Amino acid sequence: MDPVQSAVALTVREALHTLSSSEDGGHLLSTLGALKRYLSGAENPALPGEQEEFARMHFSAVLRCLVGRLSPGWLELLPNGQLEDLWASFFLEGPADQAFLVLMESIEGAAGPSFRLMKMAQLLARFLSAGRMAAVMEGQCRQLTEPAFRLLQETLLIKVVGLPDHLGNRLQRENLEAFLPQNYFPLLGEEIMRVLQAVVDSLRGGWDCSVSFLSQVLGKACVHGRQKEILGVLVPRLTALTQGSCLWQRVCWRLVECVPDRATEALLTGLVEAASGPDVLSRLLGNLVLKSKKAQFVMTRKILFLQYRYSTPMLQSLLGYLAMDSQRRPLLRQALKELLETWGSPSAIRHAPLPQQRYISSALLICLAHLQDAELRDSQDELLASLMAGVKTRLDSSLPAVRRLGMIVAGVASARIHPDGPPLRFQYEEDELSRELLALAAPPPVADSPSEAEASPAAETPDRGSVDSGVPQAQPEGSGSDLDSDDELVPYDMSGDQELKSGKAPAYVRDCVEALTSSEDWERWEAALRALEGLIVRSPAAAREVSVELAKVLLHLEEKTSVVGFEGLRQRALVAVVVTDPAPWPLVCPAQVAEYLTSQFYALNFSLRQRIDILDVLTLAAQELSRPGRLPPQCGSPSPTSQPSSTQAPAWRAVVQERIRSKTRRFSQRSPGRGPDAGPNEFNLVAGYFFFPLIRHFDRPLVTFDLLGEDQLVLGRLVHTLGALMYLAVNTTVAVAMGKALLEFVWTLRFHGDAYVRRGLLSAVSSVLISVPAERLLADLPDELLEARPWLADVAEQDPDEDCRVLAVKALLLLEKLRDTLVPLSSP
Amino acid sequence: MAASPLPPPDPQFVLRGTQSAVHALHFFGGAQGQGRPLLLSGSLSGLVHIWSLQTRRAVATLDGHGGKCVTWLQTLPQGHLLLSQGRDLKLRLWDLAEGRNAIVDSVPVESMGFCRSSVLARGPERWMLAMPGGGSDEVQILEMPSKTSVCTLKPEADAKPGMPMCLELWQADSSPRPLLLAGYEDGSVALWDVSERKVCSRVACHPEPVMGFDFDSQKARGVSGSAEKALAVWSLDEQQALQVCRTHELTNPGIADVKIRPDRKILATAGWDHRVRVFHWWTMKPLAVLSFHSATIHSVAFATDGLLAAGSGDQRISIWSLYPIRSDASTPSLGHAEGREVGTQALA
Repeated sequence: MDPVQSAVALTVREALHTLSSSEDGGHLLSTLGALKRYLSGAENPALPGEQEEFARMHFSAVLRCLVGRLSPGWLELLPNGQLEDLWASFFLEGPADQAFLVLMESIEGAAGPSFRLMKMAQLLARFLSAGRMAAVMEGQCRQLTEPAFRLLQETLLIKVVGLPDHLGNRLQRENLEAFLPQNYFPLLGEEIMRVLQAVVDSLRGGWDCSVSFLSQVLGKACVHGRQKEILGVLVPRLTALTQGSCLWQRVCWRLVECVPDRATEALLTGLVEAASGPDVLSRLLGNLVLKSKKAQFVMTRKILFLQYRYSTPMLQSLLGYLAMDSQRRPLLRQALKELLETWGSPSAIRHAPLPQQRYISSALLICLAHLQDAELRDSQDELLASLMAGVKTRLDSSLPAVRRLGMIVAGVASARIHPDGPPLRFQYEEDELSRELLALAAPPPVADSPSEAEASPAAETPDRGSVDSGVPQAQPEGSGSDLDSDDELVPYDMSGDQELKSGKAPAYVRDCVEALTSSEDWERWEAALRALEGLIVRSPAAAREVSVELAKVLLHLEEKTSVVGFEGLRQRALVAVVVTDPAPWPLVCPAQVAEYLTSQFYALNFSLRQRIDILDVLTLAAQELSRPGRLPPQCGSPSPTSQPSSTQAPAWRAVVQERIRSKTRRFSQRSPGRGPDAGPNEFNLVAGYFFFPLIRHFDRPLVTFDLLGEDQLVLGRLVHTLGALMYLAVNTTVAVAMGKALLEFVWTLRFHGDAYVRRGLLSAVSSVLISVPAERLLADLPDELLEARPWLADVAEQDPDEDCRVLAVKALLLLEKLRDTLVPLSSP
Repeated sequence: MAASPLPPPDPQFVLRGTQSAVHALHFFGGAQGQGRPLLLSGSLSGLVHIWSLQTRRAVATLDGHGGKCVTWLQTLPQGHLLLSQGRDLKLRLWDLAEGRNAIVDSVPVESMGFCRSSVLARGPERWMLAMPGGGSDEVQILEMPSKTSVCTLKPEADAKPGMPMCLELWQADSSPRPLLLAGYEDGSVALWDVSERKVCSRVACHPEPVMGFDFDSQKARGVSGSAEKALAVWSLDEQQALQVCRTHELTNPGIADVKIRPDRKILATAGWDHRVRVFHWWTMKPLAVLSFHSATIHSVAFATDGLLAAGSGDQRISIWSLYPIRSDASTPSLGHAEGREVGTQALA
């Protein structure tokens, strides 16, 4: 046996014996003092060989013994806490990894809250605040690949990263501030920085070092979901340090490379989030995406396609990182290709939630902004093909938001991908989204951006519109005393000054019909269209005589000249026709026009636009008819005998009211706000004529019109219209029958693939629940409701469309409310 | 300049009751100390209404044109003489003093056209009248009240300007010679020296007939409107030569009448498009578009206090108060000598 070994072993054995048995303070002090000689940095230290031997073989045993002896009585064997200081110094000054492990072990081994546990926890806190964690990690960096240490390293790793969890479990409510994750992980970050500094220093000194333990710590902390805390400390410091130093950059790259595969994703997303721009990311990561398959997968697939919670700046720094190096650019091209495919894929459009589609669109535009024309030209055909397919699919969608995204992206992308040809141009109104997306498509600012920024306003032609409009250059002749008085004369708003239409408006409904059908005089035609609604409202009797003819004319009316607001004029006129139609002879010929329109909805030769117009008109007319307080259309009533009484009635009522008011004294001022006048729902008489013909034929495809096939946009509108009609039929006698029919209709379509149709179905269910009286619902439609419930619950949970989920929840709430109202009714 | 423009103005009030289209307007009186002026209106049915702007009612109705349209109304600066021209080919002289309304004299008009006459008052009992003459392109000058024909201004044989459409007699401050501005059917405006019976200058302003013009003799600048879509601004230089300064494009064609406000700040046009347009006179900057009427506007008139009246085919007269005349601001630019000038402008 080596003499040194045996000497140390002997001393230690004796000391351990003393420590475990002696109750004499002085004796203990001298024993500990003797042991302390073996620690580095003590006064009159032992020989280096002895120190090493002690640290390697005996230190843990000594520490365990010290922990074992810890009790209030033992510490008080010497006054003034001398013994405690000495005791603690072993942990704080000895080899850090062993001390740390013993500390953790003893804390975990403690049975429950006790004096010893608290003492150990406090000691651990001191250990942390003294920066010993850096020593723990630094020790691991210096020990190069000894197989025996694998296990130790593994344990150490678990303890280092899991410290907050362990301590939290053990100490419960007595936990110390330092051990809370939000405090511990920033501290860990600081310590990692110190170790890295030491590593860099020793590399400069020519010694080998490994950062793999640090990488593991970092990776594990990220896997634990502590990216924000730890990277929040690390990234800014590293950003600054890597700025000018290649060595730091290399260390940093190595640090990221050594992170185990399973932690790559957590670390990379954290880094992308924390990095302030593509250049920082590039400095921190180097060409990691090319070296590590896992990293490549995370960067080019996972963040782009599988997740969509990241912000636009993150996307920008990620894609900018890919664009910064020529080796990485192929990845960017690949990403663009795949993004474009996903963007246009029908299944993605149908199943991906809207925010994700927006996310992918942003990524696509950022990619385009980073790629150069030459790079795009290489794969122009391929890109163009998938773009065009995508545009078509998107424009086919019945959701406006999807179409909008299609238009915005296609406009920009076609201009970039195919710069020679005419770009796709769409008419859409600008809003925040479009502006944001278009801003992304602008090329990222390059180094010489200031000069560009200066040049652009100069190149921009100043708005000369005001000069052209005839405002002369102020006082060209430059004389006269009027010069000073120019300011007084502020012009009025002259926007109403438009070209005068000279055509004479027809004064009768019949003239309008004639003008609209046969007139070649476009001014007259337009004047007739403009006058029509007013004429119908003013003389309903005259309109009624030609109502069906008029509806036919209006329905087939085409916009032959560009009339401002043509659609609105036509629609309002049609609504007026439908509304005036049913009033006077409800039993003879109720709702001829509505009948006509609903029959035409399923007729052969109509465009989708006309069919949708029919639906809109019916909805608006129903809304008008069911509006409470609507003036009864008797003003032009054909029976003159009843007229005087009806017009006089309000007059005498007003007089009486006035008399009462003048004779009444009120003590409190309360506005006599009665709600709108109650009256029967006028929609009552005709609701059936609006509703049932529409719902009847939806499943019979025509040559030109296939509701269940590709004309799903119209189907969506139809479902919405039916829902609206149902809602407007509240308080009518026909509501129950309508509700029954509508629920059956909904049931057949409930798994429709189009989100717009599903939204309509869900709102239709809600309007059934609102419009049909609760008792009748339960009496007449119990099975339907029973069936609807699980379907609604399913939609509320699983539908990819957010609006669908919300609508389903609303319908469910209405069902709940219905049950609540019925339970007290049925219980007594 | 205000960030958002003022909303379009509304008329101050509206005079109804002529029961036929209003074709001529003229403010009468309203000089200092006389309270609000009276408004005279001539209608298609041949009646002249005298409106009180205080009560906003017609105070008198003059019937002297046998049911034919009254196209022109003018009062003489002194006394209470009213001139009215009608399409019955008569020019009537009315005495309005002390509430009278009697025809005191009558001058036959030989032209069937729409041309409005013009007067130049040279003294209390001496004034000059220009009116369309018997020949289709002639202008007749009469010495009044004697009704002696001074001369007939006939363009040279090769000029062929067509009928005169509007006339204005005036006299420069510097010389005693009366001058006549006449707008013709071919769109030209000519300056006649009445005493020498020759055209001093003629300039083509419009491709369509000149329907109305007004002339600012102080600045020697005039503005004319025609059946086309533009206003023309022209000026007169020292050599008495007319030249077009600029044209101003309008939204709709057809200007029936143009008037410059007596303080020469703004001008108003009567549009066939039912709208009155107000411009800054010096810069021709558009200031307002007054839309109230529902038929062609035939006539506009300014009162000395700045009130604007517009008479339209929809049988209504609208009264507007825009950009009030500030007496303190206008005094320095209008010397005492020009006071009379302003008066005649108001009557023009």
